[in-house]
Formats: sequence, structure tokens, C-alpha cells
Amino acid sequence: MSMTVIRPGLLSSIQDQGRYGFQKYGVIVSGTMDSYALRVANILVGNEESEGVLEMTLMGPTLKLEQDMLIAITGGDMVPTINSVPVPMWRPVYVKQGSVLAFKGCRPGCRSYLAVAGGYDIPSVMGSKSTYLRAGIGGFGGRALQQDDVLPVQNSLSTRARRLLKQLSISIQDKEFAAADWCAAKAHILHSSQPITVRVTSGSQYEYFSPESKEQFFSQPFRVTPQSDRMGYRLAGPELTLSQPLEMISEAVALGTVQVPPDGNPIILLADRQTAGGYPKIAQIAAVDVAIIAQTRPGEQIRFQEISLQEAQRLYLEREEYLHQLRQAIGLRLL
Amino acid sequence: MKQQTEQVVLTYQMLPIGEAALMVEFGKGIHPETNKKVKALSDYLEQQPLPGMLEYVSAYSSVTVFFNPAQVKQNYQQQSGSHTEPLAYEMVAGLLENVLNNLDYSAATSPRTVEIPVCYGGEYGPDLAFVAEYNELSIEEVINIHCQGQYLVYMIGFAPGFPYLGGMEEKIATPRRSSPRLEIPAGSVGIAGMQTGVYPITTPGGWQLIGRTPLALFRPQDEIPSLLRAGDVIKFKSISLAEYDEYKEGRP
Repeated sequence: MSMTVIRPGLLSSIQDQGRYGFQKYGVIVSGTMDSYALRVANILVGNEESEGVLEMTLMGPTLKLEQDMLIAITGGDMVPTINSVPVPMWRPVYVKQGSVLAFKGCRPGCRSYLAVAGGYDIPSVMGSKSTYLRAGIGGFGGRALQQDDVLPVQNSLSTRARRLLKQLSISIQDKEFAAADWCAAKAHILHSSQPITVRVTSGSQYEYFSPESKEQFFSQPFRVTPQSDRMGYRLAGPELTLSQPLEMISEAVALGTVQVPPDGNPIILLADRQTAGGYPKIAQIAAVDVAIIAQTRPGEQIRFQEISLQEAQRLYLEREEYLHQLRQAIGLRLL
Repeated sequence: MKQQTEQVVLTYQMLPIGEAALMVEFGKGIHPETNKKVKALSDYLEQQPLPGMLEYVSAYSSVTVFFNPAQVKQNYQQQSGSHTEPLAYEMVAGLLENVLNNLDYSAATSPRTVEIPVCYGGEYGPDLAFVAEYNELSIEEVINIHCQGQYLVYMIGFAPGFPYLGGMEEKIATPRRSSPRLEIPAGSVGIAGMQTGVYPITTPGGWQLIGRTPLALFRPQDEIPSLLRAGDVIKFKSISLAEYDEYKEGRP
């Protein structure tokens, strides 16, 4: 099975939960920017949550589905259509062979995700299907999709995917697609107002920042600049300074680390971050809120809110519990 | 039985990096002794990963452990039967403390020595003459000094397989180029200030390029995708252009 790329979109690449275990060799994690959207999309089509999906950025692609497929679209809203008919997001959709799936500009949000039952049929590199764009490895030929690419899709489906297809085939009749009449919960970002609140815990060098900078970091909004990508989001706002110069050597950084280079403008480290860095870190974004950043576009404003480690962990576990319940609920619908 | 225990006090500090990572810091500076402690803990975690651990990353003076809080918690409750809700961070910190208190620091594996053949100068080392001139040395002297050194791989990072090396002679230290090159080919050997290093993949950069190695430092198809590992000692060996070509042909 396969999809043919009619138009590739701005930056469409295969990503999964990331390439773990190799950062000690300098190999970055990569993976989806919005891991909530990834996991939900996979659950909706009966895949393992870690399966590779297509991450589409700002302007989506146009794809021709060469066979019947079970798909799910999550993340930011790119106004998806199948043969020009709007197709609902956050739910399983059975699509007939030969249909054209088209995405437009993303609003609200920044990144949309397309999962297909069985997953994309591409080899794992270092245990992951994620595209490592800079090194040219993983994903589809180590690069973003291009026009006329034929993206292979696995033939074998999970029991759950087969049951979903069977249920949806009852309602498809002579239509080109059939979507489930139930859906998963959208991420919060997609219905929040500006500036968007992002929850953080203290960074390793928080104490070294000047009292004024600490105060401004939480009281003032920051704008996402156009120099923002999968590696990091560069922010503009009040200039953050240290109380006194700090000698730092390289140490590991994490997904969602907020570091401040000498120019005083914070950078949020994201999926394609380097494995280590030597700039002072003012904050660490709560894991669940990294998905919010992933869906924020250049020009939008964010505001940081401090939470405790306990609260960050509570949010983390709450999300795990929701995803667990989603899996179970879908299982019950298939009985 | 002969008792052979080396008493080394491990002083360290732990701190959370958010709810899903923890950093163990053995010091604040770049010292081989501190890095040995990093290596000892890394070796342990390599052999015996902690429950719920995703991976660890070692740096100059620290080891950071990334974990899944849900998995850590699950494992902990199964073990202790406790109903309280402690932080996964604290559980990992407790496990690590135990590991660190019992860590046989002297058992750290002895360093591997890796020889890196380098074709110095010419097309591959366009800045070799500048490095010589800047330090008032001849080109041969620069090559000799660079080859005589033993360089400790403190950590791998910045790019896949890129070694952060220590131990370069100050006699050949040279500041970075005032305008960086847009493309530095993979395998380039360079000097930047007091540092020397090898570029594993083609990247932009401002290092003074003195030569190139035919060896691939980044090996994405291999089980361990990096030729070098933290704790290795490397030595550079001067080779001719003909030998460089032979190496290249020898490796598929």
C-alpha cells in the first residue's frame, strides 16, 4: 500500500516518539514536536503509540491514497479534505482507494499529524523511524517529503485496526470516506487565547538570574520569533540577565529546556535540540506543555507560569491516565 | 584473599531537570579526575539501566538520567507496596544514591586508545600554514605537536560522534577564523582556541582546519553509531595523501 505525494507542503516528515539511547553518542532524539497528537493519532488507528506518523508544518501536503486505508488526523487544524469534502479530525476515518487527501494552512496550531493503520513502511534507524534532517538519516530517505514521492504503507493491520475498519465499512456505502461518530479530546492549545500560558519548573541555573529577570520572566509575555524551528524556538521579550557572569561547561539539556544565551533572548529547546549545551537554563517546560509550544506559530505570544515539580508530575501522570482510558474506551466500542 | 579497595569519596550533587530527568553533577570544571567519576557512573548505567530509565547522557562533569515518571512510579510501588505519592525524581535520586555509594570507582574500565590517521595540510588542511605562522612554528612542528598529544574524549555531543577533547598543547592554540566557513567537510580536523576536534558530519563552522581523517566518526548503521566514546584516549597519526586514499578505498 502507498500514498503518492502530489504536493509536499512546507515541511512534512516522518516522526515517531524519538530516537532514545543514542544521545550519549551525540545523536539527537528527533521525534514529533507534539507527542500528544502523535500518541492519540496512533491510538485512533489501532497502532502502537510509538509508531511513525507524518508531521506536517504550517502548510500541509496533498496526498493520493492508492489503496483503502484507515487514517487519523490530529494536532493543528489544516482544514483537511478528502476529494474536497471536509474530513473531521481526532477520530478514525476509513478512506477509499484513489481519494485525494488535501491539507491547507494551519490555523489554529502549527503542526498537524497523519497516522495510518499499520504505519508507514520505512526502516527503523537506531530503533526509530524519526527523520533526522540534518544528518540525513531515518524517516523517508532521511529527508522531508518531496513531490512525486511514493510513501509506502504497511499491509498488515492490528486486530484493533481491522475491527475499526469493519465497523466503519458499514457506514461508508458509496461514499469516499467514513469517519467515526466519536472522537478523542483535542489538545488545550487549540482553543486557548493569547498569550498562551506555558507551565514551567525551575531551570538548573534559575538562581543565577538577576531578581529583575526572574520577575520579568514570569510577568511579561514573550513573542515567538520567525527564527524558530524543530531545533528550538527563539523568543523575544525582556532581555534576561544573570546577577553575575557564570562560568559554564557543556551539560545535557532536555526537551523543553529554556536556555538563555548572552544576548538575553531565551531559546526553548525542542525535538531536534543538540544533546548538550552550555548556556544557563532559566526554566524547564512541563512535559505536557511542550505540545503547546509545538502548536505555537511565529508571531504568537506565550507567558510562563511557575509550577512545582509535584504539579508537573501530576500533569504528566494525568495525561498518561487519559491516554490509557482512551485506549480502553476504543476497545469497548469495538466489542 | 587480598583486599584491594581504593577509597575514593564521591562528592556529587543531584538536581531535577523537570519532572522526567535528573542530573548528577560531580564538579563544575573540566578535569580528567572528575570525568573518571562520570565514566564510572555511565559504565554502571550502561550495564544496569535503572527501572523506568529512557537513557543517560554523560558530559564533562555530569551524568543526566532521563526517565518516564509513570514507569518509575509503577516499579517503585510494586517494590515497596507504599501508597504515598512521592516524586519519581526522588525515587530515581534514591536509587542513584545507592548506586553511587556502592560504586567501585577503581573498577572503571581502562580507557581505549583510538588512533586517528590524519592527512595534514594541503587541500584538507587549508589553515595549517596559518596555525604555524600564528604560533611561530614550522608546519612540521605543528604536525608533530598535534600528533604527540594524548587526548581524552570527555564527552560526545554537539554533532553525532563529535568528541569534546582535552589535552591539546597550548603551543598550537589558535583562535577561530573571523568568518566561519559555510561548509566544513566530514572528517576535517581543526583547532579552535585551546581545543582540537574532528567534524563527523558536514557542518558550518569557524575552526582552523589543519587536516582530514579518512575514518568515519559517525556510523549510523553500526550498533554503536560513534567511532569514539566518552573516556577514550585518542592519538593522531600523520598519513600521506596516498595513504588517505587507501584508507578511503579500504572502507566501504
